[in-house]
Amino acid sequence: MKSFILLTLATTAPIGIPRIEPPAARISVVATTPDLAALAREIGGDAVEVKALAKPTEDPHFVDAKPSHIVTLNRADVLIDGGAELEIGWLPPLLESARNSKIAAGAAGRISASLGVRMLEIPTSFDRSKGDVHAMGNPHFLIDPVNVKLVVAQIAEHFSSVAPASAAVFKANLAVFNARLDAKYAEWQKQLAPFRGAKLVTYHKDFVYFAERFNLDVVENLEPKPGIAPSPSHVAKVITVMQAQHAGVIVVQSFQNRKTAETVARQTGAVVLDISQQPGAIKNTETYFQLMDYIVTTLATAFQARK
Amino acid sequence: MRTLIAVLFLAGIVQLDAQVPADTAARRQQRTLDSLAQAIRVMQTRVDSLSRVPASEPAPAPVRSAGAYMNASFVGLTDFAWSSTRDLSALQLGDHDPHVRGFSIPNGELALDGTVDPYFKAFTNIVYKLDSKGETGVELEEMYFLTTSLPGNLQMKGGQFFMEFGRQNPQHPHSWAFGDQPLVLSRMFGPDGLRSQGVRLSWLAPTSWYTEAMVTVANSAGATASSFRSDESPEIHGGAAIDRAVASPRDLLIVPRIATSFELTNTQTLVVGASGAFGPNNSGPDAGTQVYGAELYWKWKSPTAHQGFPFVSIQSEALTRRYVAGARVSAADPSVTLPRETLRDHGMYAQVLWGVRPKLVLGLRGEFANGDDAAFVSTLRADRYRFSPNVTVYPSEFSKFRLQYNYDHRTGIDHTFIMQFEFLLGAHAAHKF
Repeated sequence: MKSFILLTLATTAPIGIPRIEPPAARISVVATTPDLAALAREIGGDAVEVKALAKPTEDPHFVDAKPSHIVTLNRADVLIDGGAELEIGWLPPLLESARNSKIAAGAAGRISASLGVRMLEIPTSFDRSKGDVHAMGNPHFLIDPVNVKLVVAQIAEHFSSVAPASAAVFKANLAVFNARLDAKYAEWQKQLAPFRGAKLVTYHKDFVYFAERFNLDVVENLEPKPGIAPSPSHVAKVITVMQAQHAGVIVVQSFQNRKTAETVARQTGAVVLDISQQPGAIKNTETYFQLMDYIVTTLATAFQARK
Repeated sequence: MRTLIAVLFLAGIVQLDAQVPADTAARRQQRTLDSLAQAIRVMQTRVDSLSRVPASEPAPAPVRSAGAYMNASFVGLTDFAWSSTRDLSALQLGDHDPHVRGFSIPNGELALDGTVDPYFKAFTNIVYKLDSKGETGVELEEMYFLTTSLPGNLQMKGGQFFMEFGRQNPQHPHSWAFGDQPLVLSRMFGPDGLRSQGVRLSWLAPTSWYTEAMVTVANSAGATASSFRSDESPEIHGGAAIDRAVASPRDLLIVPRIATSFELTNTQTLVVGASGAFGPNNSGPDAGTQVYGAELYWKWKSPTAHQGFPFVSIQSEALTRRYVAGARVSAADPSVTLPRETLRDHGMYAQVLWGVRPKLVLGLRGEFANGDDAAFVSTLRADRYRFSPNVTVYPSEFSKFRLQYNYDHRTGIDHTFIMQFEFLLGAHAAHKF
C-alpha cells in the first residue's frame, strides 16, 4: 500500500495541491456544439458564461469524450444539446462521469434544442442499411432560422428557471434577438429569392433544413448514405446527376473530404464552396448572424456567378 | 391592395362629408379618422409580416428513440487465426483471443443499459462464446448499478464489474485496438481480466483539470481474480491451492486508482494514472498479493477531424506484481514442499495507433513480461516479448475488419496471424476516451 501511495504521488506530482474554484456569479452554460453556444451567448449576454464542447472545425458526430469535458460538465448549471442524437456517440459517457444532476434529462438545467422542432427525415424504420440514420430525424436543424426561433425561446425559458434574478435580461435579449432575426430573415430570403430552385450538392445530408427554408434543391450528396464514405460508383452517379440537372455548386464543411468534392467539380465544372455550419470555423463567423450572413452570401454569390 | 382601396374610398367619404351640418360632420370625421388609423395599423401588420420569420409548423408527435427506456446492443466477434504453433491456446492467453487454428467465435456480447430511476443507472453484459471444441459458454460478465446523484462529486458502482485498474482492464474487447489481450494483463489478471463482485466509490476532484480517485472493495476469489484467491493460482506458484475462507475484511480485494488528464494543446490530450490491487492469495493461510500499475495515454487529433480522423495515439501500461507465496505442498509432487517466497513479476506494453484517414487505422504494439527465479518454474512467469503490427478497416461505425501479425518470442519464435470481423447491432455505441 505504501508503494501505491508513493506511485500515486510520483504520477501526480506535477499537479500540486488541488485548487478550489470560487463559485461563479454568472451561470455556467455548456453547449455541445458551437452553434448552440452562439445562441446561448445571444440570450444569456453577460449573465452567463458559455463553453462549447465540440470545436467549430471538427465533425460534431465524432467528438472525443475527453476527461476535460467531464470537468466542464460537472461544473455546469445548464447543458444545451441538440437532442436529436447528433452527440449520441460521445455525450452519454461524459454525462455518466460528470455526475451532475442539474443537467440530467428533465432538469431545468437541461435544454434539448430539438424539442418542438419539426424534424425532417424521421426514419419510418430503424435500418442501418440506409447508413447511420438518426432515429429522431436529421439533426442539422439549426441553419433554419425558423427552428432557431424555437430554440432561443426554450433557452430563455430555461435560463430564467435556473437564474430567476436575470429573467428580465434574458427576456429582453430574446426580444432583441428575435427582432434582429426577423429583419435578417427578410434580407436572407431576398438575397436567395432570385435563385429559387437552384441545384447544389452537399457532402453530408446537413443542408436539408436550409434548402427547404430557402427554396434550394439538394440534388445529391457525396456520401452515398449518411456516414458512409463516397465510393467510386457513387461519385460517378453524382457526376451524372449533376451534369443532367446542371447543378454547379458543391458544399463541403471544413472537416469533410474536400478532395472528393474537387474531383467531382473537375468533372462537372462545378464550384466547391467551403461552408461550415458552426460559428467560428471560418473567420468572422463567430455569431449566428455572421454565420448565416456568410452562408447566404457565399451561396448567392456562387449562384449568381453561374447564371 | 384591398386595404389601400378601402383607405382611398374612406378618404373620398371625408371630402363628401364636408357638405353636411357641422355637429354631425365632426362625429363622422372622427369615425373616419379612427377607421383610417385602424386601416394603417392593419397595413403595417401586413408589411411587418412580410419580413418576419414565419412561425414553425407544428412538430410531429415525437417518435420513440431506440434508447427511450433501455439500450440493447449485441457485438459479435469472429476470428480466423493461424500460427506456427499448433497449440494456439498456449500462446494466446486471453479468453477473447483466438485459441485454435482456423475459425473461432471468442466473443458475443449482449449489452443492456439504461436509467433505472432518478438515482441509478444500470448496465448488464452477458457474454456468449464458443470454446475450441465449438461448445457454447455463457457468462454474466458484468452487471452493476451506478449512482447518478450522490453529493460531493461522489459516485458509487455496485455489482459485478471489471475493476478500474489501468486503462485496458475495464474495457470490453470491442474497444481494444488489437485482436488479443496484452501479455502482461493476461499474466497479472488471467484470461478474463480482473473483475469481481463488489462496490466502487469514485470522487471527482474539484480541480480545474480532470482528476478522479476511486477505490473498489470486492471479493478476492474466483478465476477472474487470478492473482488472488483463484483456483488457477497453482499455475503461478506451483503449490496446491488451499481452501482459504474470508476471515476478516482484510481478505477482500482492494483496488485503488487515481487518474488525471491535461489538455497539452488544443489538439493533444494526456491521461496518466496509477492503480493498485491488494488482496490475499491461496498459496498459504497468510499469503498475499500486491499488483501496481502505471498508465499513460496520449492522443493527437486533427482540429478538422472528419469522423474522428486523422489521429495518432500512444497507450502504455506497466505493471509489477509482488506475490507472496506461502510454504506449500507441490501440486505436481505432494512429497515436495515448496518454500515460502516472494515471486516478483513485471511487464509492460506500448501501442501506437495512427488513424490515417476515415475508417483506416494502423497499429503497432510492443510488449514484454517476465518474472524472477522461484522454486517453481511457471510458463506464466517466463520471459516473453511480442511485436504486433496490425491494420483495422471500418466499413462503417458498426463493423470492422482487422488483420494482425504477432512476432512472438517465448523460448523460440512463433508467428501468428489473426483476422477479425466484428459487428454491432442495436443501440449506437458511445465511446469513452
